Amino acid sequence: MSAIATQLSPAAALPKWLAPLLLIAFAYVVIPLIGNSYLFEAILLPFLALSLAGVGLNILTGYAGQVSLGSAAFMAAGAFAAYNFNLRIEGLPLVASIILSGLVAAAIGIVFGLPSLRLKGFYLAVSTLAAQFFVQWALTKFSWFSNDSASGVIDAPKLSIAGFEFDGAVGRYLFALTVVVVLTFLAHRLVTSQTGRNFIAIRDNDTAARIIGIPVLKTKLLAFAISSFIIGVAGVIWAFAYLRTVEPAGFDLDRSFQILFIIIIGGLASIRGAFLGAALIVVFPLALSRLGNFLLGDVFDSGVLDMSQRIVLGALIILFLILEPDGLVALWDRIWRRLSLAWQSS
Amino acid sequence: MTFLSTVKAVAISAALAVSVALPAAHADEQYFPLQSYRVGPYAAGGTGFFGGFIDYLNLINIRDGGVNGVKLTWDECETQYEVERGVECYERQKSHAGAAAWNPLSVGIAYAMIDRITADKVPLITVNHGRTDSTDGRVFPYVFPLLLNPYSETSGIVNYIAAKEGGIDKLKGKKIVVLYHGSPYGKETIPIYELLAQKYGFTVQQIEVPHPGNEQQSQWLTIRRAKPDFVVLRGWGVMNPVALKTAVKVGYPVDHIIGNVWSNSEEDVIPAGDAAKGYTAITTQASGNTYPVVQEIVKTVYGAGKGNLEDKSRIGSVYHNLGIVNGILNVEAIRIAQEKFGHRTLTGDEVRWGFEHLKLDPAKVEALGAKDLFHSINVSWDNHEGEGYVTFQQWDGKKWNVVSDWIAPDWALLRPIIEKSAEAYAAEKGIKPRTAADAEAVAATN
Repeated sequence: MSAIATQLSPAAALPKWLAPLLLIAFAYVVIPLIGNSYLFEAILLPFLALSLAGVGLNILTGYAGQVSLGSAAFMAAGAFAAYNFNLRIEGLPLVASIILSGLVAAAIGIVFGLPSLRLKGFYLAVSTLAAQFFVQWALTKFSWFSNDSASGVIDAPKLSIAGFEFDGAVGRYLFALTVVVVLTFLAHRLVTSQTGRNFIAIRDNDTAARIIGIPVLKTKLLAFAISSFIIGVAGVIWAFAYLRTVEPAGFDLDRSFQILFIIIIGGLASIRGAFLGAALIVVFPLALSRLGNFLLGDVFDSGVLDMSQRIVLGALIILFLILEPDGLVALWDRIWRRLSLAWQSS
Repeated sequence: MTFLSTVKAVAISAALAVSVALPAAHADEQYFPLQSYRVGPYAAGGTGFFGGFIDYLNLINIRDGGVNGVKLTWDECETQYEVERGVECYERQKSHAGAAAWNPLSVGIAYAMIDRITADKVPLITVNHGRTDSTDGRVFPYVFPLLLNPYSETSGIVNYIAAKEGGIDKLKGKKIVVLYHGSPYGKETIPIYELLAQKYGFTVQQIEVPHPGNEQQSQWLTIRRAKPDFVVLRGWGVMNPVALKTAVKVGYPVDHIIGNVWSNSEEDVIPAGDAAKGYTAITTQASGNTYPVVQEIVKTVYGAGKGNLEDKSRIGSVYHNLGIVNGILNVEAIRIAQEKFGHRTLTGDEVRWGFEHLKLDPAKVEALGAKDLFHSINVSWDNHEGEGYVTFQQWDGKKWNVVSDWIAPDWALLRPIIEKSAEAYAAEKGIKPRTAADAEAVAATN
């Protein structure tokens, strides 16, 4: 990808949409040709699912300023809703069940977004924890959600749209990629629209926003709904395209924190930030673990290695946030500016 | 033949020649991908089990020079018992040539792997746990819940309680509480307890303990109110000692708590201290280090400084012995398959054939140095559990003492339920159940 970036260096002259378009073309054409199953199954699929969840949470937290710790719950709601729509409504196309599952997640998001009308900041974060625990509890408690399967684990159905089956790692990757591209594009349109500006106004000062005539209540709930919709669909990708099995325990509080870290590290109020953050969160631990195994695998057992990787990872994240509090996006932009300056002056 | 197709044919045959030649270059190695866990809340189980497994593989390598000259290799990938880490490890390790079988020791990870290993044609071993209906080899050709599936375990426990009460008819009107771990593993037996309760006329109340289970005050207060005759502890990891301690706190008699096969280790009772005295648990493999095979591991493997357990006092503990038994089952399956396919690196499908012919009677088990360590196993193409026997052991504060004979679960009762569930799975997934002839056909390459 850096190769593409350098080719495009005289950025000023090029239209803004060119870089994302080239990136998408690269993702559709080149990656399926060169990737192996490890790249798709272990890196790109979780990366896509978590990126999309990051985009969703960024709309709520980055743009509209409402902190949420319930992201994993909305992912779970989306995944289980899609499973049940697919199972219980004969002949429902996959696209329809994905949209419906997003709507279910959105509805749950609105319900748990209601406290945001009175609560702010940390207090709101604590109240969204309720969503986290309630959804997980409900999915475990009522076995109807998992079709009374003995262990509460459900198998994802085959991915097929209009008779075309997205089988195998590449197929599932292309499926996930398409969903992510479409929803990211819509999210991008949203945040640059009047609604997006309303979100930012509320984040920056909701009293002022009210005075200039923005319907605060409606806008906050809208942010919750849209964010939960996107996160719900991310849950569907996580369950159907990536793991291909779902259990409520996979959507625990750790996952919510992970998504929150993705947008903090990637950069708040930025669509690109979600992708950069997800890339770091997914790829970095794997790279570290493989490096550790490669260098020290013969000396220490896997438990010691894993523990030391956690320490290294934690230390690096702290260091990074101190040095670059605005996230990877700010870092990216600065490097980009320097490069184009260097290009122009040469 | 045009020029292009000639080139293509040459290229394909060259590629084939290379792909045939490559495994030949590793002809003397059989690889075990170990998705182990040595950190996290279940590290005690992970280190003991994988320690025992690796110790046995080392024993075969050091003492015998491998299986008929084929050296056993392995590497570990840390999963922390988490599904997505297990999937990542699977993708990482599957590119290694000559994989014999997968042993993730996690129901959640095993579930996520079923489609993948079936496509790759490599066996998935879930010793003493797993998805019950994968016992039906017609529908799950590559999944093996060896020795004891969760339903057989349940049947064994209910039969033991019946024997304690003086016969199966004495169960009528009794009350049993099942305290289970809030995970796919824990929930696996909910329907079978309900069914046995109906059949034998006892009432059952099933209470969930959320993962990881380090707080159980409310569950045990519920149990105290319910006043059950027995509590079955279906725990895992830290949940078990907490359960025993809390039971004592609320005044429930510990000798009326029966542990299941993942609540039966030293690591479950020692942290509970005196609270665990009198606690009984089911097992498929006795604990202790007096068995010849364990002695040989101490002498040969630990003697050479290659032992896997850091704490040598854990040699012969329940998890360590289970790892050893799992090692025996894996190695013997390879040996059986080698007799048919040749003394070389086997493909996953050939090892699958070996598991489907894994028959170790008590005499053979004795020859392997494991008499009384475990009873016997008899796997076939359609029964992937292999009729394992169970026994019960009681903790006296220092060690486990066997308090029952080897007991056979009620397989005839369970088989129709398992078949029905497997057939439903086959219908849902569009799988055509195998026949005995299908099971004999073996893919020559992976």
